[in-house]
Amino acid sequence: MRALCWTSGGELTVGQVPDPELRNDHDVIVRVRRSATCGADLSLLAGQTPGLAAGDVLGHEFLGDVIEVGPQVRRHRVGDRVVVCASVACGACWYCRRGLPSCCDNGSTDPIANEAQWGHPVAGCFGQPRAAGGFAGSHAEYVRVPYADVGAFPVPESVGDDRAVFASDAAPTGWLGAEGAEVRPGDVVAVWGAGAVGQLAARAAWLLGAERVIVVDRHPARLLMARQHIGVETIDQRDSDVSAQLREFSGGRGPDVCVEAVGGPAGEHRTLADRFTGRTRVPEAVREAVYACRKGGSVFVLNGAAGHVDAFPVGTVVHKALTVRGGRQHGQRHIPMLLDRMARDELRTEHLATHHFPLERAAEGYALFRDRPDECLRAVFTPH
Amino acid sequence: MGRVGTVVAVAGALGVAAARAARTAVGRQRARLTSVPGPTEARRTGHPRRWQVVTVDRPPEQVLPSAVWPEPLRRLGDAVEVEVARAPGGRGTELAARVRPHADWPGLSAHLLGDDPSLLVRRTLWQVKQLAETGEVLRADRMPDERGPVVPDVRPSSDGPQR
Repeated sequence: MRALCWTSGGELTVGQVPDPELRNDHDVIVRVRRSATCGADLSLLAGQTPGLAAGDVLGHEFLGDVIEVGPQVRRHRVGDRVVVCASVACGACWYCRRGLPSCCDNGSTDPIANEAQWGHPVAGCFGQPRAAGGFAGSHAEYVRVPYADVGAFPVPESVGDDRAVFASDAAPTGWLGAEGAEVRPGDVVAVWGAGAVGQLAARAAWLLGAERVIVVDRHPARLLMARQHIGVETIDQRDSDVSAQLREFSGGRGPDVCVEAVGGPAGEHRTLADRFTGRTRVPEAVREAVYACRKGGSVFVLNGAAGHVDAFPVGTVVHKALTVRGGRQHGQRHIPMLLDRMARDELRTEHLATHHFPLERAAEGYALFRDRPDECLRAVFTPH
Repeated sequence: MGRVGTVVAVAGALGVAAARAARTAVGRQRARLTSVPGPTEARRTGHPRRWQVVTVDRPPEQVLPSAVWPEPLRRLGDAVEVEVARAPGGRGTELAARVRPHADWPGLSAHLLGDDPSLLVRRTLWQVKQLAETGEVLRADRMPDERGPVVPDVRPSSDGPQR
């Protein structure tokens, strides 16, 4: 089959790789209908996450049709149109059984490497280095889906592919930002980042009853999109004192809830000198959120590409009695609810797919997504 | 790990021998798991004999059916000692293992050990946990080094995977 692969030179190429095969009894094979680019991939391509091997297939946000099922699969049949959660979780461990599938103990094929990276093994993910799961990505004609009864969900007939594909990752991630920060009716919510996740976090805040939602970004086209499609107010970081403006918007209190959804900074490299001296990035959006948030408020960090950062205002967290939490999406818990909302038109996501490419032009799609010369929010690939 | 109802086994043996060891060692102190080997032992063996522990979200009788070690542990033979105890708060079973001093590693295990046998022990414990919780050990997709180099190709889509 054809797939988009990372090459040893750090470039991307579409090439022929062997078809996926059932490797465990709970697997299915999915014929990919849509597979979306994601900001998390940019930090991979920028070399910020070690471990990609030449030939690794990228992509983790996708939907498709089931074409083969393992002997222990109970909920899916050949021909089902399913959206697949980007992260891989077993549904059977202590964390999964308590609604925390992104913390799954059994979602990685190399939990030892996972422990070395994060202290404990966490859920795997498609299209990442081996240490993050061991599962080939979705920018391909076919994908093997482990624990399919847990991580694949039938798509309602009324929900189109360009809407449903974002139920794989961006929508559950955005939902987690709002739900995890405990947005309540009447809250003022600020979201950093007007990309797909930021917009969907803002939408989730509306749906959870927020009184006022403000999105902060430095890309005017994205802010315009957020105003038009999500109905939020916006702040352009380039010409604003963000904290001062947020105080204005919130009666001087500061937002009740702040959600960081800026994703990995595109193309930012750690130099050899940075690695030698241990210099780390400053988490600008998180820092700004912590300063802006009202006393006793809640800050939720969604940026999984943050890795190690420094210059974090811990004292502000203490003196303002903030709650700071983070997390990767719990799609196994949220995707059915999100698909229902999509079917009811409460959650519309088609506008996020600003560019479509056939799979053979996927490398071009990534270049556009990374460099944004054409205000590309998400490039979506159609392998068939 | 509470002492009441705790099943503690020190064994590296198989089948009946393991079951016998499990029965005879009931009541062993939890403190054993928290002891840190001294520098003398680490110097002698080349490795600190730290216990590797995982918590399995299943009761001991499911982790250790008929008091027989699950297959991944059996492969380590006499090379490890193992302890099993009920985890607090209804969290299942704490399964601990560590390398025996001067252990003779069987067959392939010896080849795979590298510099740190505790890594193999830890990986084995994770496999036991996965088996008990999900019924299978999760396998990775074929990695690029198994598949061979990517062949650049822009042929049109096929109708289905070639098998």
